[in-house]
Amino acid sequence: MSETVQTFEKIEDIEIRLLLEALFHRYHYDFRSYAMSSVRRRLRQAREQLGFPTISAMQERALHDPAMLPQLLRYLTVQVSEMFRDPTYFRAVREKVVPHLKTYPSLKVWIAGCSAGEELYSFVILFREEGLEDRTLFYATDINPEALAQAEAGVYDIDRIRLFTENHRLSGGRTSLSDYYHTGYNRCVFDKSLRRNVVFSDHSLVTDQVFGEMHLVSCRNVMIYFDRALQDRAIGLFRDALPRNGFLGLGAKETLRFSAHEGSFRAFVREEKIYQRTDP
Amino acid sequence: MSGASPAAVMIGASAGALEALGTILPSLRPDFPLPIFIIVHVPPGKRSVLAAIFAARTPLNVIEPEDKEPIEPGTIYVAPPDYHLLIEDPHTIALSNEEQVLFSRPSIDVSFESAVDVWGGGLVGVVLTGANQDGARGLAAIQRAGGMAIVQDPETAYARAMPDAAIAACQGARILALSDIAPYLSSIAP
Repeated sequence: MSETVQTFEKIEDIEIRLLLEALFHRYHYDFRSYAMSSVRRRLRQAREQLGFPTISAMQERALHDPAMLPQLLRYLTVQVSEMFRDPTYFRAVREKVVPHLKTYPSLKVWIAGCSAGEELYSFVILFREEGLEDRTLFYATDINPEALAQAEAGVYDIDRIRLFTENHRLSGGRTSLSDYYHTGYNRCVFDKSLRRNVVFSDHSLVTDQVFGEMHLVSCRNVMIYFDRALQDRAIGLFRDALPRNGFLGLGAKETLRFSAHEGSFRAFVREEKIYQRTDP
Repeated sequence: MSGASPAAVMIGASAGALEALGTILPSLRPDFPLPIFIIVHVPPGKRSVLAAIFAARTPLNVIEPEDKEPIEPGTIYVAPPDYHLLIEDPHTIALSNEEQVLFSRPSIDVSFESAVDVWGGGLVGVVLTGANQDGARGLAAIQRAGGMAIVQDPETAYARAMPDAAIAACQGARILALSDIAPYLSSIAP
């Protein structure tokens, strides 16, 4: 019995690898170095919910029917976020990072893996409150075109606003979040003026290169879905994008401790996972 | 357990978890050789005090892991709040931000199932006190793979819904009084 189960699970892992190869060769989306434990979970969910008997069957459809791609991307890219998520992180940015940024005449900020835009709007609002928005260019990048379109629209369900508002307040917000959106049809539509200094772009931390010098990179809860080698590649991109004293913000349980690039950074606000680039 | 020694212990608990684990952890062999993963439902808040509380009650090393934390023998890993704890491979933990499962993140089922993918039948799963159904599905997965399923006797549980659900999902699970769990784990570890 147990042998049967284990044999079955090994076959499933083969199917998963073949599906990821198929997505790469057919559509150039490369999930092959994502952490297997969560890819496995999400492809099982996709298989069940999309009604395929096996992952191989799903692979065949994915190869021959391009309409499958956006559906699979929805599963393979995790889109769980909030505005001002982990308010203490944004408070640390506000109180400790912003004073440094104020010394630059112009700024570039990269929100890597911006998903539906919650983190981006949090930064733009914070920068407006701190008087930095006008001199800042924000790059919001993601691999999922659907997520990028959502980020560009800036529309969120109204039942999420209470949490966003509380997070914003806890982050040390100087204004009311309701200054930045209007409501209708159970949606909150964020003001388009928040996007005037934002460039939305398709960019992959797996296959693309650095596209400019940044003063701050925020990439939170994106790399937890990567394996260690791919994490190193992504952190290498951030290292190359940041000049000396540039800032890198990670998720609450992400760390540079296990990275080959640990030596290129120092902890700036250790408990908030904000790092600063040391020698170039 | 397919005859072989287990590779890891997975423990899930919810309401009443502090007292239950406060009984189990101090009574484990001080040289307990396996990694132990503890999944407790805690409200999302940035810092959990669980690891510190447990560390005060056992000579074993207690860690709230970060993403890609290495897995060491004789170490207790406590799932951080607001993340699922996944076993990536026999030597590595991965954390995930995916949706809540049964209104929980961390989810006991998610952790247990990911452990089965890596260790198959080489697992001991333990479901303790709790007021929901989490853990039943994961424990059944451990049992199906040939691992050992242990459930706290609901009569000794602060909240019996979770052990009741686990017993219903796992025929032949070993049902132990709270005070018997640590001695039993100590006896089956290599």
